[in-house]
Amino acid sequence: MRFEVRVEVRLREGVADPQGQTIERSLPHLGFAGVSGVRVGKSIRFVVEAADEAAARAEVEDMCARFLTNPVIEDSEVTLTEAAPVG
Amino acid sequence: MTRGPKVGVVLFPGSNCEQDAIEAVRLLGGDTEVLWHGDATVGGVDAVIVPGGFAHGDYLRPGAIARFSPVMGAVGDFARDGGPVVGICNGFQVLTEAGLLPGALQKNRGLKFLCTTVELRVESTHSALTSATSVGDVLRVPINHFEGNYTCAPATLAELQHEDRVVLRYLDNPNGSVDDIAAICNGGRNVVGLMPHPERASHELLGSADGVPLLRSLLDAASQKAA
Repeated sequence: MRFEVRVEVRLREGVADPQGQTIERSLPHLGFAGVSGVRVGKSIRFVVEAADEAAARAEVEDMCARFLTNPVIEDSEVTLTEAAPVG
Repeated sequence: MTRGPKVGVVLFPGSNCEQDAIEAVRLLGGDTEVLWHGDATVGGVDAVIVPGGFAHGDYLRPGAIARFSPVMGAVGDFARDGGPVVGICNGFQVLTEAGLLPGALQKNRGLKFLCTTVELRVESTHSALTSATSVGDVLRVPINHFEGNYTCAPATLAELQHEDRVVLRYLDNPNGSVDDIAAICNGGRNVVGLMPHPERASHELLGSADGVPLLRSLLDAASQKAA
């Protein structure tokens, strides 16, 4: 089975986010008032083949722990969607 | 002719301080060897420098891809065997990603790339990078980084402090690093990471020779390893 994967990498709660703070400070200058809690992360998308959804999820979680995130400062949220069959 | 201890300088695609490190080590009488990232060996060197730059373009995170280079497995073995290893700037980032040093380096507070000279205070002389200095020495050394804001879990910070593993602190914290940390060492005190560039402060002509006692310490550690 093929799964479309989206990994959202985020800074952990409590870890300072200077990019988010800078964006938040800039928004009022453009007329966007009342915005708070801006956090900047990154989104990684790919397709993975696995026997089933549980196996796919386990593999992606392993990738996150060992490579896609730095667990000292980041965590991640994995979204899996079954991909349309090829051909 | 007697040659000094041999220092291996790792070269990743994107390293840009390896020649500075090589020149500085040679200036102090050391021998050098370039360690190519694709070779799973550190040869017969007596110490390793992981230099500054942008290894693998800093893609994903600084050091995230470099840590999987074949050479890093050999550097890890060398470090676990007690061999002196120093990571400078991007090299520090690589060592944290490789798990040879704790914590991580975030974007600087204020989101500015910093290129200036800072003052560092020696906090511990018990490391591969500071044995030839004295506690309280103030050293003027350049910094040149965007992600030098050292951070770690509170328990890790307490351990670093308790075990006297913060070896250099900034006098005037430029980047937001927790507890003004500029350099830390591992539990074995043979692996040190720092954001400032001692190799760029290796001669008065460069504006400061304050990096010399740091590099001298590394060469001393290398000599002991060689003996």
